[in-house]
Amino acid sequence: MTTIPASDTTRDAVRGGADELVALRCTGLVKRYGDVLAVDGLDLEVRAGECFGLLGPNGAGKTTTIEILEGLNTADAGDVELLGRRWATDADALRQRLGIQLQETQLNDKLTAAELLRLFRSFYRQGPSVDALLQMVGLEAKRDAWYGKLSGGQKQRLALACALAGDPELLFLDEPTTGLDPQSRRQLWDLLAAYKQRGRTVLITTHYMDEAQVLCDRVAIVDHGKVIALGTPLELIASLGAEHVVEFALAEGKDLPSVAVLSALPGVRRASIQDGRGTLIVAHLHEALPALLASVADPDAFTLLTTHSATLEDVFVALTGRQLRDA
Amino acid sequence: MSPRHPLIELTVARFREFLREPEAIFWVFAFPVLLACALGLAFRSQGTPDVLVGVLRDGTAPHAEMVSALEQVTGVRVRVVDRTQADVALRNGAIHLLVVPGTPVTYELDASRPESRVGRFVVDEALQAGAGRRPALPVADRLVTMPGSRYIDWVVPGLLGMNIMGTGMWSVAFSVVNARVRKLLKRLIATPMRRRDYLLSQMAARLIFLVLEVGLLLGFAVPVFGIPIHGSWLLLAALCVLGAVAFSGLGLLVASRAQTIEGVSGLMNLVMVPMWVFSGVFFASENFPEAMQPFIALLPLTALNQALRGVMIDGSGVMTLLPQIVILATWMLLSFTMALRLFRWR
Ligand SMILES: Nc1ncnc2c1ncn2[C@@H]1O[C@H](COP(=O)(O)OP(=O)(O)O)[C@@H](O)[C@H]1O
Ligand SMILES: [Mg+2]
Repeated sequence: MTTIPASDTTRDAVRGGADELVALRCTGLVKRYGDVLAVDGLDLEVRAGECFGLLGPNGAGKTTTIEILEGLNTADAGDVELLGRRWATDADALRQRLGIQLQETQLNDKLTAAELLRLFRSFYRQGPSVDALLQMVGLEAKRDAWYGKLSGGQKQRLALACALAGDPELLFLDEPTTGLDPQSRRQLWDLLAAYKQRGRTVLITTHYMDEAQVLCDRVAIVDHGKVIALGTPLELIASLGAEHVVEFALAEGKDLPSVAVLSALPGVRRASIQDGRGTLIVAHLHEALPALLASVADPDAFTLLTTHSATLEDVFVALTGRQLRDA
Repeated sequence: MSPRHPLIELTVARFREFLREPEAIFWVFAFPVLLACALGLAFRSQGTPDVLVGVLRDGTAPHAEMVSALEQVTGVRVRVVDRTQADVALRNGAIHLLVVPGTPVTYELDASRPESRVGRFVVDEALQAGAGRRPALPVADRLVTMPGSRYIDWVVPGLLGMNIMGTGMWSVAFSVVNARVRKLLKRLIATPMRRRDYLLSQMAARLIFLVLEVGLLLGFAVPVFGIPIHGSWLLLAALCVLGAVAFSGLGLLVASRAQTIEGVSGLMNLVMVPMWVFSGVFFASENFPEAMQPFIALLPLTALNQALRGVMIDGSGVMTLLPQIVILATWMLLSFTMALRLFRWR
């Protein structure tokens, strides 16, 4: 990753180090709610044309951050620059060029999909027609259905269509698939993947590591209002120094080997124990697994022993000692 | 068809939403008409109601002669009662006055009831005349029916005012707070929509409802009850618009910060209930003590009701109604200015 200090003087400071266009840059964002430090000195740089993910558990500060970037919330400190402009001076022009999906908007229950899109489309100088928008999100059949009668997945797709109504250069999505069933999530992923093909910039927040892994070119892992890791999903996983994860637990009354013992096993890069459950990050499964079995005196004591390829979830666990979903 | 101006699209959206809400339709359109019907039926007769008189059977003098004398008098209905019946009937208002024959003739009445006092006067007049008394001063009555003197003529402008207040405040406040609760306001300001357009669309939709609701209520009450409109229709329309805009402003003010529907309902009642009571919707606000009158006169609904009655009943013109118009316009300006200053989009 390349970081360049944000320039306060030049408005067109949109060129990154590697001569890539920067769609969005923020530096030193801070937001405090009473005693809660929701955003704690956060820096981001999103390149034009990439799909950038903010991955973090609930309460990490993702929504607060993205709403500051969207100009819907104000930071206590820090600087935001998008598409070479700033909220203080260019709000009207920026609004025309951004597409926004909020985490928890409910549209008017008694308006139809087409009526809502028509309304949103009327706010923008240019953009696709209502029919084109419906088609983009696969809701042609629901054209005349009331919003209140749509399923959760259909509502989210309509919200996406509303965000696309102005043909935005920069699209913000805050947890677009939270609460959806797996099939609807996949449908939305397909839509976003197709949208990405068109070379537009997307900033998406999520607490699903699989979503970030599938959709994002680069990911910032956020915890307690700070970026704790940044890179492509593959880079982040590679930073574990190993590709496999072994999880195990022993029957009650059986003692787990200490972390020190586990870390010293051959082929093990990192070991942790949480709630009676051991996690090993492993470079060579064929070495580590027999060693683990040997280190436990009674092989029948295992109540759990699984292995999987390392994911962003494991990166989060390795960095924080907590699980992403219940952190 | 390509989308029109955002103000038009927002207004159309608001209007559609309203039309798809059956309860709202009932309260805005059907309820006032039903209320006017009920009041029209209850107060359909003209002039004062009959005086109900009881004559006691077991008085010290015979009652038959007195009964036949009273039966001649118009506006008096007579029945013969015994003591126990009389007490009950007096108490529950089945008779307004009990006449006990004898020397002297005794009238039993509850002096706090206007009908009873009228009854005593009418009965005494008839009995004295029957006994041969001649008036010391010759007098004559000429009966005239004043236009707009019936209760229904008086109450319909009040209903109109109440409806303009109720729907004005409700339709704006409910729609705004609902959109805030659903984070729709926040979503809208994330677009290039101009905030002014959103607020103006609330007004515009309100004025469309106004035409419908005033049209329906007057279109019903004027032919069915023969409600007179002595003043100018144009002035009446202008007053309705002024009232509607002023109360939309109040609705906007009430809704400017509320974060829940319950919260805004409470505030709304706090604002509206005093006006239902004091502003002369169902009974004249002159019933309240003199000391309160200056304050009552400043309430927007009082001003609106007075102005509507002025046009409809008295045929007043703009100059006569200027005080009420100024009061309404002041409320409108104050409430809008404050609402815009306080308004929260999130
Ligand atoms: N309006 C607010 N008032 C008080 N605290 C808030 C507010 N918004 C967010 N927070 C707090 O800030 C922290 C970050 O919240 P949020 O940005 O919503 O996290 P995320 O979107 O990652 O789940 C949480 O502790 C949350 O409780
Ligand atoms: Mg969030």
